[in-house]
Amino acid sequence: MAETTENQGIPEPEGKSQIIDTDYEIGQDNIETQIGPFGLDVHNPVFLISGMCVIAFVFYALALPDQAGSVFSWMFGAVTKGFDWFFLGAANIFVIFCLLLIVLPVGKVRLGGADARPDYTYMGWFAMLFAAGMGIGLMFYGVSEPMSHFASSIGGTATEGGVRTDWAPLGAAAGDQQAAIELAFAATIFHWGLHPWAIYAVVALALALFSYNKGLPLTIRSAFYPILGDRVWGWPGHVIDILAVFATLFGLATSLGFGATQANAGLNELFGIPVSSTTEVVLISIITAIALISVVRGLDGGVKVLSEINMGLAALLLLFVLIAGPTIAILTGFVDFLAAYLTHLPALSNPIGREDVNFSQGWTSFYWAWWISWSPFVGMFIARVSRGRTVREFVVCVLLIPSLVCVLWMSVFGGVAIQQVIQDGYTAAQEAPLELKLFKMLDALPLTQITSLIGIVLVIVFFVTSSDSGSLVIDTITAGGKVDAPVPQRVFWCIFEGAVAIVLLLSAGGLQSLQSMVISTGLPFTVVLLVMCWAIWKGLLAERKVK
Amino acid sequence: MFTKIMVPVDLAHADKLERALQCAADLATHYKATVVYVGVAAATPGSVAHTPQEFAEKLAAFAAAQGESAGISTDSLAMTSHDPSTDLDPTLLDALDQCGADLVVMASHIPNLTDYIWPSNGGTIARRAKVSVMVVR
Repeated sequence: MAETTENQGIPEPEGKSQIIDTDYEIGQDNIETQIGPFGLDVHNPVFLISGMCVIAFVFYALALPDQAGSVFSWMFGAVTKGFDWFFLGAANIFVIFCLLLIVLPVGKVRLGGADARPDYTYMGWFAMLFAAGMGIGLMFYGVSEPMSHFASSIGGTATEGGVRTDWAPLGAAAGDQQAAIELAFAATIFHWGLHPWAIYAVVALALALFSYNKGLPLTIRSAFYPILGDRVWGWPGHVIDILAVFATLFGLATSLGFGATQANAGLNELFGIPVSSTTEVVLISIITAIALISVVRGLDGGVKVLSEINMGLAALLLLFVLIAGPTIAILTGFVDFLAAYLTHLPALSNPIGREDVNFSQGWTSFYWAWWISWSPFVGMFIARVSRGRTVREFVVCVLLIPSLVCVLWMSVFGGVAIQQVIQDGYTAAQEAPLELKLFKMLDALPLTQITSLIGIVLVIVFFVTSSDSGSLVIDTITAGGKVDAPVPQRVFWCIFEGAVAIVLLLSAGGLQSLQSMVISTGLPFTVVLLVMCWAIWKGLLAERKVK
Repeated sequence: MFTKIMVPVDLAHADKLERALQCAADLATHYKATVVYVGVAAATPGSVAHTPQEFAEKLAAFAAAQGESAGISTDSLAMTSHDPSTDLDPTLLDALDQCGADLVVMASHIPNLTDYIWPSNGGTIARRAKVSVMVVR
């Protein structure tokens, strides 16, 4: 006789949710086969086409580097300069949309059904959000971006033929030190605060909602079901998923390449290890090897553990710089910078009629395109770990808390570096190349060897977390939304990422040109994201009607 | 000798479990034991079910069908895992603790080269479980 035992490991009760009724069965288009001793369970044709496209593009970049370089940089310029109004306008819509979700009644909808419980504690969840979202960028731009804006703002404006040629944000602050500092931080926080996290939140929420509440596979195409209906399982859906794999893999490979260059610079500064392609290839191999271990250990045993270690180390470094630097000035700066951000926000986010063209196109538009091209990867990863949260809780935690942490981080690292220039006349960090700014700033503080080492470890571990979470995401998309595909597939993607990064690193300009291409994918994805907002809204309203 | 037999099942590939299921049913008949079918799924929609709840229902139905066809007492235990590809072994060991079985009957493949890198689930359970494990190849 059958008897069902109750409450056995299932996060129950799940409560009501509105499952979308579709004949599509997850994995129905998959090919399950055995290649040698390895099992394979992949989506046909997403796996094959995305793999082939990646190989074809790498060959193109290697075989015709000059042509590829000029094509991709033209594309990049055309996208960020010609569509700056579109990126800026769309990003504003994402922020407003997310803020509305916090206050409107639909915020009560729970991801995973009315009674689902969160899979992760706040600490583990938050660490993973942050490590995947922008950990590595903070390491490199924390010092350099406020300094760049400060220098250009205090330098004032310059025009040629009626067009601004300076890189200062808004109207600059010629000669006014305090105003230049405030403008510099307002601009930096603008690029690392609400807008990028709203971009991630939209993608993550769309995926989580359509997967956990509507029962569709965890792939990017699912968010298009309200528009395309069952056609989403055919070619339109294949193209969306292939694009997502493409952006994720090249985004990761180029970052891995640049990250290795930067970690090499740090190691050179600290231990005198030579800056060379060999060192960088070794670094990528080490990062990939650690990522492999993490990927094989899985979400809980690998990615989560590394993210928590990273968050602990980053907090330690932040605390150290805060205490060793001018603590009071930094803390008052934090409040002042936040106020400056809010004051300048309307002008900074204005999409039309901008006079500061270099800033709005070269910085803001570039950043928005970059965040958006990363959003399938980060969004999907965030969705994977966010089941059981209410929409309101989700948006507050994905939008507001990381934004505040970014403000704090920038205020501390950038604040100390600017104070070093203004008060001590120490300009080493200001004059250093991008990859060395952080280390030069730490040079002027006590315990340099230890803090710089922590800095390098952080850079490397942040890359490992990007690489392993990226492999999980690509594997899920290329397995048609299955999260239980054989482990060797993840291993394949992880090694593939490392290999693409090494090949591109060794070719002249390969990384640079492909990065331009990845950022160009931001344009079609902006349309995708706008559609997602509408799909989320429709999906949430349907959830609210379920009683 | 045995009162409760745990049988891990992959509902997506139930057709490949024939020998293990038959073996468990025969042992259950012989020892008058209850068979507990254990399934592991992710919280995300999968090929078997859209939600963990639906997965549990399908597993219970599977257990009921097995019980009816073999004339044995059956039970089911659905487990969720964040990452079933990597966490299957610890999740099955948890399930073993939860259901209190004194024998595990488990289907596995014939060992090959990859077993040196990724040991089969059957192999790992046999190595780590405190109760008797019968691996059916």
